[in-house]
Amino acid sequence: MPTSVTINGTAHSVDLPGDVPLLWVLRDEIGLTGTKYGCGVAACGACTVHIDGVAVRSCQMALEDVDGAVTTIEGLGTPDAMSALQAAWAEHQVAQCGYCQSGQIMQAASLLSDIPAPTDSDIDEAMQGNLCRCGTYPRIRAAIHAAAAKMQEV
Amino acid sequence: MANVRKIARRSFLIGSAAIVGGVAFGAYYVARPAPNPLTPGEGEAVFNPFVAISAEKITLIAPRAEMGQGVHTTWAALIAEELDVTLDQVEVIHGPAAAAYYNTAMMGEVIPSKGYDKSDFMHAISDHLGALGKVMDMQVTGGSTSMKDGYMRMRAAGASARETLKQAAANRLGLSRDQLSTKDGQVIAPGDVAIPFTDLAGEAADLSPVEAPLRPRSEWKLLGKGQPRIDMTGKVTGTATFSIDTRLPGMKFAALKANPSLGGEMRSYDATEALSMPGVEQVVDLGNGFAVVASNTWLAIQAAEVVQADWGAAPVPATHDGIRSAIRAAFDTAPNSTLRDDGDTATLPQGAQEVTAEYEVPFLAHATMEPLNATALFDNDRLQIWSGNQGPILTRNHCAEALGIEPEQVEVITTLMGGGFGRRGEMDFSVYAARLAQAMPGTPVQLTWSREEDMTHDFYRPGAMARMRGAVREGTALMVDAEIASQSALSQAMTRWMGFTPSGPDTAIVDGVFNQPYAIPNFRTRGYVADLQVPVGFWRSVGASFNGFFMESFMDEMAHAAGADPLEFRLSLARKEWEPAAKVLETVKEMSGWTGQTPEGTGRGVAMTYSFGTPVAQVIEVADEDGMIQVTKAWIAADLGVALDPQNLEAQLSGGMAFGLSAAMFGEITFAEGAAEQTNFPDYDGIRMHTMPKVEVRVIEAQEHIGGAGEPGTPPAAPALANAIYDLTGNRPRRLPLMKDFDLQS
Repeated sequence: MPTSVTINGTAHSVDLPGDVPLLWVLRDEIGLTGTKYGCGVAACGACTVHIDGVAVRSCQMALEDVDGAVTTIEGLGTPDAMSALQAAWAEHQVAQCGYCQSGQIMQAASLLSDIPAPTDSDIDEAMQGNLCRCGTYPRIRAAIHAAAAKMQEV
Repeated sequence: MANVRKIARRSFLIGSAAIVGGVAFGAYYVARPAPNPLTPGEGEAVFNPFVAISAEKITLIAPRAEMGQGVHTTWAALIAEELDVTLDQVEVIHGPAAAAYYNTAMMGEVIPSKGYDKSDFMHAISDHLGALGKVMDMQVTGGSTSMKDGYMRMRAAGASARETLKQAAANRLGLSRDQLSTKDGQVIAPGDVAIPFTDLAGEAADLSPVEAPLRPRSEWKLLGKGQPRIDMTGKVTGTATFSIDTRLPGMKFAALKANPSLGGEMRSYDATEALSMPGVEQVVDLGNGFAVVASNTWLAIQAAEVVQADWGAAPVPATHDGIRSAIRAAFDTAPNSTLRDDGDTATLPQGAQEVTAEYEVPFLAHATMEPLNATALFDNDRLQIWSGNQGPILTRNHCAEALGIEPEQVEVITTLMGGGFGRRGEMDFSVYAARLAQAMPGTPVQLTWSREEDMTHDFYRPGAMARMRGAVREGTALMVDAEIASQSALSQAMTRWMGFTPSGPDTAIVDGVFNQPYAIPNFRTRGYVADLQVPVGFWRSVGASFNGFFMESFMDEMAHAAGADPLEFRLSLARKEWEPAAKVLETVKEMSGWTGQTPEGTGRGVAMTYSFGTPVAQVIEVADEDGMIQVTKAWIAADLGVALDPQNLEAQLSGGMAFGLSAAMFGEITFAEGAAEQTNFPDYDGIRMHTMPKVEVRVIEAQEHIGGAGEPGTPPAAPALANAIYDLTGNRPRRLPLMKDFDLQS
């Protein structure tokens, strides 16, 4: 029986076994490739998406266990209408290879919704599950602080 | 071609006679220009292989692998600077695999000089040697060579296109070319007349290209300043298309499983159970492994796990200690190279104190964030392959050979890469996908390696050992006698890529020791090749990745033995040898406020490595935090000669250091029965947000020649950290990764 799942505000009916991880539903079924496969064991964070606004590793989230609205990087903002966080990422020229950055941004968005003005140690705590082999961490940290400041102005 | 290969091979002999032969040949062959691979459309002007302008748009071709190093942006900026366009007015594409895109700087790197002491004459020779790259299909991104390669040529390409457009406008207006100027993609004529380049494409297409001199630096508008990366918006919105994001109508998804015992065959397999799993469509024999084809990647990975395969043994020692013994045994063989032999290293200088130490570093995986993958479609005897690769011509040729078709029947579409670090210079992942596609003609298929498959089927950074002997007296070094043993990654890679094994010295085994800019009067470096069949390859900074650690740890040991400050000890030796090396040391000294003293609970280390044409000095600070060692701060100074994009250089140097720290702290691949024992990030971790130090970078421009950027940040990281840990703990790290002997914050 097809599973119904809401992704970036759109309802999708997915005819796949219930144990297929959300990551692969997004990438290979729906065609939302912004969410990345990095490790498959929740050790790198490249697959991070939101379920009801909370960051989860989509490689560990079985389709049948998805119990809320899914937001992916494509749902956070678009090239023509970036979210404040994405704009801060661009402003700080964070990405190098860029492969982990969807996950980094989704994790950071979840952090900022929990803690609007995070300290360095809040950032250490929240972001340590997200691996970046290019080592862009200093700019990620700067972008999070900048986005937090910007969002507080509003 | 027989003669071409013969001479190309001779050039690897890396001796002065061979170089002279290479130059003569190179000049002859290169006199024949490579054909322009761009076919102009109706009304489109293709000025050279790097600039195409149609009525609709301006396209610049940046035929180098964008792996995160920002090459597409800086390459485009070189052209745009002379063409007089802004980067937001142009589309930048990678372009096809083509001989015109060969890397002129790559082969020049094999010249057996120390690099920093190259005379202009030798630079000219290496430019000529670089021309050999064309005959060897070297459209390769690697060796931190892109800017050395493109710096003159791309500005010339832009200048020529600009002047040709002006000529077209001059013809239209009945003016002479020198009455016109250009600005922001337009030709400007007297009386405020502005004609967009796109409007002139049709007329310019009929003209012969005009040559033009390059502008002086004082007139640069883009170069020398940070440019917003052209790939940034895509990468922060999830819309950038990496190889793994290729989606084609009717595409199938497949997972690879190859013999974990590296180099072993696949005798047979039983896929009965896998074929009964949901979504699984077929299992295809790929020689030393198989691919499971399914309706999505996860189903394919799951099914691949239940295929029962009978794997043959690997041609390597069964235990990791056996592999280490084979590396050690190389010291008892004749040296492969003695690339530095200054003064007398046989006798201890009178009154000097002898210092000896042995070091060892492990094999390392590349572990790019994007696991290896490629997508292929084989239809009507033609192959299309979407592949994130560092060598499109070699990829094309290897795929053609594997499929028994001609290279002209293969189209390589080079995508963005989720990291390369040297791994994507190999052809294996493309060839597997090509062969899979040939087994299912007419159906596009994406072949993805699971993280486990990726980590256990690498061409690893070779494990290496060093035996160092030195002498100090009156606060300075009088002697270094270095012996380094490892497998030859160069020899293996050339055999895989080109089908022949170069003879002669492997510079990479000793790179980062023999060519270090220190005036040590008695200085010998010998390299030894370990006879081992572990698959090894190029890993960001190659030999300097281990030799930086060997040399700069030993420099630290000698400094302490001599009772000297480690930074001043290096500085005085560098000053006498090559000023830019001294400059980067002076710069980190100032940046870090180095005093030679550190408070209790804090340690500092310094290291300086010259590699890929760039001297880089780093100071790293560590702190004892509740019994755990935390890396707290890092200062980096580098001399690039010309800083084309300071903002990107900061990212490359900081990232290069992070890559070195990841390996130094946590990276190790060990083998049992020839199979890698680390399979995923939990047992092969990298530096993370909470373990990354604060970083400050300064780029200086003291040296005359343009240096590489992607790799030189990596080699000094491990020794600077190890020296800091020594300063903190009093225990000297002599092997990596450091987590084996020290309690690191992780």
